[in-house]
Amino acid sequence: MSQTMQAPVLPQQMTSYLTDGTSLRSWLLTTDHKRIAVLYMLSITAFFFLGGSAAALIRYNLLVPEGAIQSAETYNRLFTMHGVIMVWFFLVPAVPVTLGNFIVPLMLGARDLAFPKINLLSWYLFMIGGVCALYALFAGGVDTGWTFYAPLSSNYAQGHVVAVVAGIFISGFSTIATGLNFIITIHRLRAPGLTWYRLPVFIWSLYATSVIFVLATPVLAITLLLLTFERLFHVGVFDPRLGGDPLLFQHLFWFYSHPAVYIMILPGLGVVSEIVPVFSRKQLFGYKFVVWSSIAIAVIGFFVWGHHMFVSGQSLFASIAFSLLSFLVAVPSAIKVFNWLGTLHKGRIRFDAPMIYALGFIGLFTTGGLTGLFLAALAADVHLHDTYFVIAHFHYIMVGGMVSAYFAALHYWWPKISGRRYPEMIARASALLMFLGFNLTFFPQFILGYLGMPRRYHAYPPEFQVLNVLSSAGATILAAAYLMPLFYLTYSVFRGPRAPANPWAAIGLEWQTPSPPFTKNFAVTPIVTEGPYAYPDPGSDLADV
Amino acid sequence: MKLWLPAAATSAIRIDGLLIGLLAVSFAVLALVFGLMLLYVVRYRHNSPIDRGALSERSFRFEISWTTATLLIFFGLFIWGSRIYVQLFQPPADALKVYVVAKQWMWKVEHAGGQREINALHVPVDTPVELIMTSQDVIHDFFVPAFRVKRDVLPDQYETLWFRADRLGTYHLFCAQFCGTSHSGMIGDVVVMPAKAYADWLTTNGAGDTLADQGKLLFTRYGCAGCHGGHGTVRAPSLDGVYGSPVPLSNGTTIIADDQYIMDSILQPRRDVVASFEPVMPSFSGVIGQDDLVRLVAYIRSLAAEKPQ
Repeated sequence: MSQTMQAPVLPQQMTSYLTDGTSLRSWLLTTDHKRIAVLYMLSITAFFFLGGSAAALIRYNLLVPEGAIQSAETYNRLFTMHGVIMVWFFLVPAVPVTLGNFIVPLMLGARDLAFPKINLLSWYLFMIGGVCALYALFAGGVDTGWTFYAPLSSNYAQGHVVAVVAGIFISGFSTIATGLNFIITIHRLRAPGLTWYRLPVFIWSLYATSVIFVLATPVLAITLLLLTFERLFHVGVFDPRLGGDPLLFQHLFWFYSHPAVYIMILPGLGVVSEIVPVFSRKQLFGYKFVVWSSIAIAVIGFFVWGHHMFVSGQSLFASIAFSLLSFLVAVPSAIKVFNWLGTLHKGRIRFDAPMIYALGFIGLFTTGGLTGLFLAALAADVHLHDTYFVIAHFHYIMVGGMVSAYFAALHYWWPKISGRRYPEMIARASALLMFLGFNLTFFPQFILGYLGMPRRYHAYPPEFQVLNVLSSAGATILAAAYLMPLFYLTYSVFRGPRAPANPWAAIGLEWQTPSPPFTKNFAVTPIVTEGPYAYPDPGSDLADV
Repeated sequence: MKLWLPAAATSAIRIDGLLIGLLAVSFAVLALVFGLMLLYVVRYRHNSPIDRGALSERSFRFEISWTTATLLIFFGLFIWGSRIYVQLFQPPADALKVYVVAKQWMWKVEHAGGQREINALHVPVDTPVELIMTSQDVIHDFFVPAFRVKRDVLPDQYETLWFRADRLGTYHLFCAQFCGTSHSGMIGDVVVMPAKAYADWLTTNGAGDTLADQGKLLFTRYGCAGCHGGHGTVRAPSLDGVYGSPVPLSNGTTIIADDQYIMDSILQPRRDVVASFEPVMPSFSGVIGQDDLVRLVAYIRSLAAEKPQ
């Protein structure tokens, strides 16, 4: 574990991690965190496009009121598949296991994560879980929605509920292992001089995320296990016919799934807090407030689950308490937004693709957060609950926010990961296209929700058609904007110009090693003497432009 | 394209007010965030020669002030939303009671006079209506956008929802909780009628027997009367006057005999056994459907006025 203080790496050992072994075996049995990150990246890219294809089919079906291309059975299976894949096999792992895996040891000045073999095991567990869920989704599917509400999922739904649940259950262990690995790495493997308040916000965010991984995922595992027992052996837990309580399922499920929302967004908040200072060439405004707001979100996030149940039959007093706590958890998010704006103030702002994604993130995340207030306000939620307003709200956070942050991070660290530059102008164009396509897809859904269109409807009354067509048109643009990086980033791996060690002139340990890094990351363990964003005061030195 | 939703109940106007308030706060914050973002990226773009001056030393004051402002606004919205929500849980005592039974994939409505309808609900205008709802199978959700009200409908449990419609017309009824294959087909109409027309509608659709009368027949048919009927209450308590009054239980506690207690006692009789009786009653779970339960409960409610002899 104490690799930080080992002997210097000799020049002949300084081969790029990409060329240090080229056999399939050298990739599949690697314990190098960078190679594991690449394995994860390939896997979640596949899951992302699978989940995205399901979304595209959903949107095309909703072009006409009676449902254009699918039967109700198929439609229900598609949105379940979309939800399951996107939540558990893309959004939850996305930033932590790919960019986190790659960058965390580099940011800490370490040679690897604390437990490299467990890191590899995590990837295998993730893949076993993923294949298990995919088998079920393709071998007939599941029509419960990703929320698996009982007793529909335990005693009424047809299909391979148990197999999907098993897949999620197994991949949960991968998540827990990754979380443990990060927590221990951040505690034990920081370079000399890298004190807690010198850690980049990205590290703090992943730390907060990892704590949720470790504390919340077991509750999901328990819930899914109970669901399986009820479905297979008719043990009455959730179905009133067997003496169970359906609200118990919702309490347990959201006790995991609401913190899981913060699992999905916290790494994104961390990414944006990295990128904004770099491309403003300025210190992050209010570093300690940004750091502690991440911790506050992780802690308060455990006590807001009941806001998913304001119309479920939960007690009146519980609902009022959960509403107050939900408003409270929004405060630290607001603090972050104001601090990013403070960082832009008096900066020297550059508009490279990562920054465009990050600015888009700030706008979309703010919109998503504000519409969250509608759903936290009890009486407003009574009308908007389970309508397209909710769909629009969480897509603004998860897709507008998190997926934008993922692409921001991917572009920002791409030169480090691949050792190549991506084509900058195409990248900027696709970032803008993503912002436009996203808004066209999801903004009309806020209005649809207010007008009362319920979610998960295969067919709908004709007065909702215009807004649905707009949304589907936006989805087409969004799909194009997602496909563009797939092509130009792949192209850049083979044909892109070589990247220097520090293409953005950024401060941060990951930029002090070659692009791509060699297997052991650093020739000599770096010694840290200043904070993560120690850019010169922009007013002081005009020659620095 | 219609961008406004009719407000056809008293609750709708109050909730719309709250939504407008939330919208105003949102637009103000969005204008601030997008405005500052645009201003800064133009003004402080990297090749702009503008003098940046010295950075402010007072970041702590900024942090405290925007955190406090956010907290205060959020607290105001919380109070506003909660006040209306509490009203949504307080039906007037004189509300017209209508029973709703949901099942995959239809809404069955039972009026007190015995009138039945499927995927439709007729209600009089300007009259408080309380729906007492339960489900035969999975969780459903009764949602009327024009009234801005919705409530999950749970299996073997009574959930209530009330509204006072104040505009004549026909409005959408949606199932809002995903309930399986034909979820999107579980829709219907809520018809708000003038009081006179409603009275006529009740007469034309009258089944002859009221819900309670039908329940009395079922009380005999399911064999309930064998133990609970008559005046020989050796094996089971008499049900005369039970409804709405406290019942002493064998575990020493007391429970008010409301709709939920009556339903629970039929489906899970061993859960809350009445003091001084043996737990000998069999469960009728899976034997009596929710339609008939509604009638039995109505019958037992009608016995509330009877004095036990």
